[in-house]
Amino acid sequence: MQQAPHGAPGAGPTQRNAEIGVAIAALLFGALVVYGSNLVGIGWSADGPRAGFFPFYVGLIIMACSLINLYHGLREDPSDLFAEWGQMGQVLKVLIPTTIYVALVPILGIYLPSVILIAVFMKWLGSYGWPLTAAVAFGVPAFFYVTLERWFLIPLPKGPVEALFGL
Amino acid sequence: MFENFVNLYHGFGIAADPFNILLMVIGILLGVIIGVLPGLGGANGVAILLPLTFSMSPTSAIILLTCIYWGALFGGAITSILFNIPGEPWSVATTFDGHPMARNGQAGEALTAAFTSSFVGAFVSIIMITMVAPLVAKFALQFGPAEKFAVYFLAFCSFVGMSKEPPAKTIVSMMIGFALAAVGLDMVTGQLRLTFGSEELLNGFDFLIAVIGLFGIGEILLTMEEGLEFRGKAAKIDPRIVWKTWKTLPKYWATSLRSCVIGCWMGITPAGATPASFMAYGIAKRVSKNGKNFGNGEIEGVVAPETAAHAAGTAAMLPMLALGVPGSPTAAVLLGGLLIWGLQPGPMLFVEQSEFVWGLIASMYLGNIVGLILVLTTVPLFASILRIPFSIIAPVILVICAIGAYTVNNNVFDVVMMLVFGVLGYVLKKTNYPLAPLVLAIVLGDSAEEAFRQSLLGSQGSIGVFWSNPLVSTIMGLALVAMFWPIISNLISRMRVAQPA
Repeated sequence: MQQAPHGAPGAGPTQRNAEIGVAIAALLFGALVVYGSNLVGIGWSADGPRAGFFPFYVGLIIMACSLINLYHGLREDPSDLFAEWGQMGQVLKVLIPTTIYVALVPILGIYLPSVILIAVFMKWLGSYGWPLTAAVAFGVPAFFYVTLERWFLIPLPKGPVEALFGL
Repeated sequence: MFENFVNLYHGFGIAADPFNILLMVIGILLGVIIGVLPGLGGANGVAILLPLTFSMSPTSAIILLTCIYWGALFGGAITSILFNIPGEPWSVATTFDGHPMARNGQAGEALTAAFTSSFVGAFVSIIMITMVAPLVAKFALQFGPAEKFAVYFLAFCSFVGMSKEPPAKTIVSMMIGFALAAVGLDMVTGQLRLTFGSEELLNGFDFLIAVIGLFGIGEILLTMEEGLEFRGKAAKIDPRIVWKTWKTLPKYWATSLRSCVIGCWMGITPAGATPASFMAYGIAKRVSKNGKNFGNGEIEGVVAPETAAHAAGTAAMLPMLALGVPGSPTAAVLLGGLLIWGLQPGPMLFVEQSEFVWGLIASMYLGNIVGLILVLTTVPLFASILRIPFSIIAPVILVICAIGAYTVNNNVFDVVMMLVFGVLGYVLKKTNYPLAPLVLAIVLGDSAEEAFRQSLLGSQGSIGVFWSNPLVSTIMGLALVAMFWPIISNLISRMRVAQPA
């Protein structure tokens, strides 16, 4: 990564590196598709094109166009920024709690993690008082419980905590 | 032609059912909220709500969902004008003159002009659909697999040619969509492919999850990065302002008409509402005698892009209904909905499900009238939603997206996939890869591949099948012209410059 100190204004990952990174990732993805298509056969069999026939060419096109994008990426102005570190920090402030949230959903169901996610956001990023935080954090999941599970009869994932309440 | 009107009359009978009118009102209101909130847009809003409609009749379901779409189209204008934040990409051009008008204290006039021209654009577009769609469908009934593939090819080529992003990026994004669509069970041979032994990938990637992630989570991350703070102008619309603005609007009939034509055209070829609105704005600026004042709050600069965006957004329904090729990401989600309800989009829909089709078309007329009345009367309410701070809105939208992703297949793994698509959407958007072709390719991937393989099967693997008769050759030819249009138009303009010299 870059040597710039975190949080310094005007510094951050460059657009050039981002473009190159995406182009290489797409190139690898294309190669993966080509490889995967090869596993199931890309030629013709007695009853027509094999399963890998279509995705094989799709993979080839991804690789070819990614090379063009890589070439253009290399010629980008190296001083253009993708985003400043401060901005990246803002993004991570959303991304990290969301990742934890998504990881918790399979274990704890959707309700409890939702309460925690909203509460964390409101306390940490918005610094609201407890009464409002609690009202929104419990109110929103409760609203979805009533509308989805009671009205539309669509069950949402539940975990051990809901089981305690017998829901 | 007469037959169309009889069918339409029956359609009104279905659409004017009180329950369906209620759904329209709910749909429009939800749609405007979705259009106003960052992170929720037409495409992922419809995707999140799609599972709720599984138990409704297809006609009621599509009325609800299309009305959400109309509502989102209306809602984009509110944020553009009052907050200078385009709620949707197609309302970017509306900010150019809409927000200056609001700053000059003419917010009411700007909103009235925006809503009214949206309505006009949509209405002209629906009339066009009523007239043209059955003809296109009848024509398309003769299509074999080669013609079908040629139509898909045309749709994707116009993306490459019309997109303002570099062609190689558009193609990569599109092909990633095709590759993701190919993952899982191959319908023809029954073989598993590209799953690499993962059980979660057996059923492939669901486009609804991709839409919720790419547009929903990705948008939240972008909004967070920009550190948005909503500082809006107050909105007041009273009947007097509406009436006063309406009296001035007929003056701009030429701009309106031009924007309608641009919008209808760009909506049918899947270039979409966003380029249509920019193009209409650009042309209006060049043609208008007030052109110099554009950007400082000229009402004509609101009329032009709004009319075109709505005409395009509505016209995108034509190829979806008549050919099974959606003209916009939201139309793609609706098309996915049709498949889930067990309806096969395409020309046969007009024959087999004529009640459904005409009910839908009639609901477009009614929905837009209901929409215009609703948005004109409820703007202050929606403007106040935007004053809720982002630190409350963001986690609530994240929760809504997660619930939406889960309910598609009742699968927790989909919530994880949603986040992956969200990060992907953020990175792709930041590096100028367009997302719409990716979504369309995921939706159409299987049908396009099937058409491609069937045509090759018929011709024993010869690519010549795509040039084997005048019809398919014409479509393929048009596709190539669309793909290389930037180069062709460049050549034409160079020849023009060269001649007088």
